[in-house]
Order: sequence, then C-alpha cells, then structure tokens
Amino acid sequence: MDQPGYDYHIDIPGTTIFDGKQAMKGYALNKMCYDFNRAENREGFKADEEGWMEKYGLNEGQKQAIRDRDILKMIEEGGNIYYLAKLAGIFKLSVQDVGGLQTGRTTEEFQDYLKSQA
Amino acid sequence: MATVLGGITTSHIPAVGNAIQKELYDDPYWKPFFDGYPKVHAWIKEHKPDYCINIYNDHGLGFFLDRMPTFAIGAAHEYRNEDEGWGLPSLDPFPGAPELSWHIIESMVADHFDITSCQELAVDHGFVVPMQLFWPGAPHNPDMPKTVPISANTVQHPIPTLARALEFGRALGKALRSFPEDAKIVILGTGGLSHQLDGQRAGFINKEFDQYCLENIVSNPEELTKVTRMELVEKAGAQGTEFLMWMMMRGALGDDVTEITRNYHIPISNTAAGTLLLECAA
Repeated sequence: MDQPGYDYHIDIPGTTIFDGKQAMKGYALNKMCYDFNRAENREGFKADEEGWMEKYGLNEGQKQAIRDRDILKMIEEGGNIYYLAKLAGIFKLSVQDVGGLQTGRTTEEFQDYLKSQA
Repeated sequence: MATVLGGITTSHIPAVGNAIQKELYDDPYWKPFFDGYPKVHAWIKEHKPDYCINIYNDHGLGFFLDRMPTFAIGAAHEYRNEDEGWGLPSLDPFPGAPELSWHIIESMVADHFDITSCQELAVDHGFVVPMQLFWPGAPHNPDMPKTVPISANTVQHPIPTLARALEFGRALGKALRSFPEDAKIVILGTGGLSHQLDGQRAGFINKEFDQYCLENIVSNPEELTKVTRMELVEKAGAQGTEFLMWMMMRGALGDDVTEITRNYHIPISNTAAGTLLLECAA
C-alpha cells in the first residue's frame, strides 16, 4: 500500500514512524508477537519457529529477519517495537540488549550511552 | 459534587515493577528514582482520594492493531493485570468504578469527544507500575482508591495532538467535577519522559526538552500545544510521545495548580524518568 501525493511525516534519522503503511505491512508479524502474550503461543513458537511463522502468514522478509534475529530488519518489515518486545523476551533479550543490537553497541556500551545523557 | 485533588505523573517502565518486587529501593541504580516518591506517599496519605483516574497508554496487551482506539475509557467492575509476554507474575485485579466511568463517558461524548468504552480491559505495566509506585502493595494497599483507566493510542500514528490531549483533559476535569458524589479524585498521567526503544536512534534521551516540558506543564501547558506530533517524536523520542498522558492529566486539573514535588532522573532502563505532583487550588 502506498499513499502518493502527501507526506504525513518529517524525516527523523534512525526513526521509523509506525503509521498505517507500516501497520499494514507488519500486520502478520505484529499479530504473531501480540499473541506471545499467552504462554502457550510462546511455547508453540519455541517448538517450531518455521511452522509458527508460516501459521501466522509472515512474508519471507519477516521470516528471514526473525531467523537472523535482526531487529532493525523486523522494524523495516513493519514490526512495532511494543510487539517485538514480546519476541525479544522469548530470545531472553533485555531492552538494553535490543538497544545495543540496533545501534552496533554491546549491551554495556549501550548502557554507558544512556548514562552519558544524564 | 466531586473534587479533583490534583494530578500525579510518573514514568511507567516495566523494570520498575521488577525493582519493586525485589525491593531495590536503596540500590545505587534505583535510589535516585525511588527517592521521588515519599512526598507523593505523604500527600496521598493526607488526602486519601476515593477515586483514581489512571491515564496511561497500552503497549500491546489490552489492544491490538485490529482495533486501535485513539481514546479508550474503562467501564468495568475490575481490571485484570495479565501476562504481557514475559511470564512475569500478574497482580490481583484492581477495583473499578463503573458508575464514575459511565458518568465520564456520558459527559465527554456530550462534549464531542468520541471515545471507546471498554467493559473488559486487561491492564499492562503502563497502568500497574504507577499504582505500585503510589500505593505500595497495590491493589492491596488499604488506601487503594477505585479506578477508571483511560488509555490513549501512542502505538500507531496518527496519534492525538498535544492540543487535543489537553482539551481531552479539560473535558475530563469538567466531567469529574460534575460527578454527583462528595468524593475526592486524583488523576494520574503516566509514561515518558524522553526515550526511544527502536531503530538506529534507540537510546535517545533529551534532557533539555524534558526540562522544557516539566517547566511548562506546571504553569503554561498551552505553550506545549505548539509542539507538533512529529516534533514530539523528534525531541522526546519515538516512545516519548507518552507525554500526551501528562497533557491529558494536566488539562483536567484546571489553570491554578501548586507543584508539591518533582523528580527527574536519567536513566532508568532506556528512559528519562520523571515524577510530578500537582495540587489543584482549593
């Protein structure tokens, strides 16, 4: 889906505005992650990642981003961080781990970066 | 008629729930954060509100993208805290106040706010963490007020404007002050301040902008309505848009408020944590 002729946003480097376009693109991925609120769905995914992604109808780009544990790619594929946080929980990643993975820092370096802004 | 006592804001970071469970109040990392709350506790103990309006943003527990209300108001007898996907222990349900909920809904729709009413609403850390911070042991604190949750969408753009959030608060305040019961009400605005969880800009915090928000929300909230939503994302970070909850809270307090306490600390988890207690003029 695209909406030509009107730009709703400004460009903010390093930031994806999660809008209708992204929400439609990422619906299947976000739906799968939303359903991780329930323990049985987390277990289902852990038991068979490929089968579980297929069940929710993820596209190939979304599947590959998950196979690669590539958070930035998941966002590019329409993932929303609030839902992806549930997936990150399955991978036992903290929000600082996730921050580090997205910014090319170790978790410790990312924590130091946070503190440096005090 | 009911009285609005004041408003309290706080960040609602999930890690806080964990720190409370482990009683890390004097831990060097946590102490500067928890030091912001004793004055709030004293104020609550002194005034003992009967009702608490908890303005928060759901993060993917109560709502999904299939139906995303811009403004949702709980109208349930109780609100369940549920697993958000991390398998953490859930708190017991929080008692609701459906008679107050429906009064607010009637009044606000009459004032042209098109809200979504929710007779079932699972509440996540955005709702629960502030309750734990303000009423230790929640929901089993003996002073625990009955509650009405109000959730605004900050998950998916377009999100409400800051001006609309302030107007929403004003209409909410009007609704509360016309509730025909001699009751005392406190309003919570939760979330923020600056933070960004996603993208190459993850970890972004903006002390200068947070201070600008903290200054103006006390005495000149109208100034903040000049901030566009895209500027809010740019300056507060992608998730710093939760500041909208503070604006909604502020609108409900009326013009004349006194600042009782304020705390600001960087970082808690990925966030600049802010706490503010504003008392309404008697």
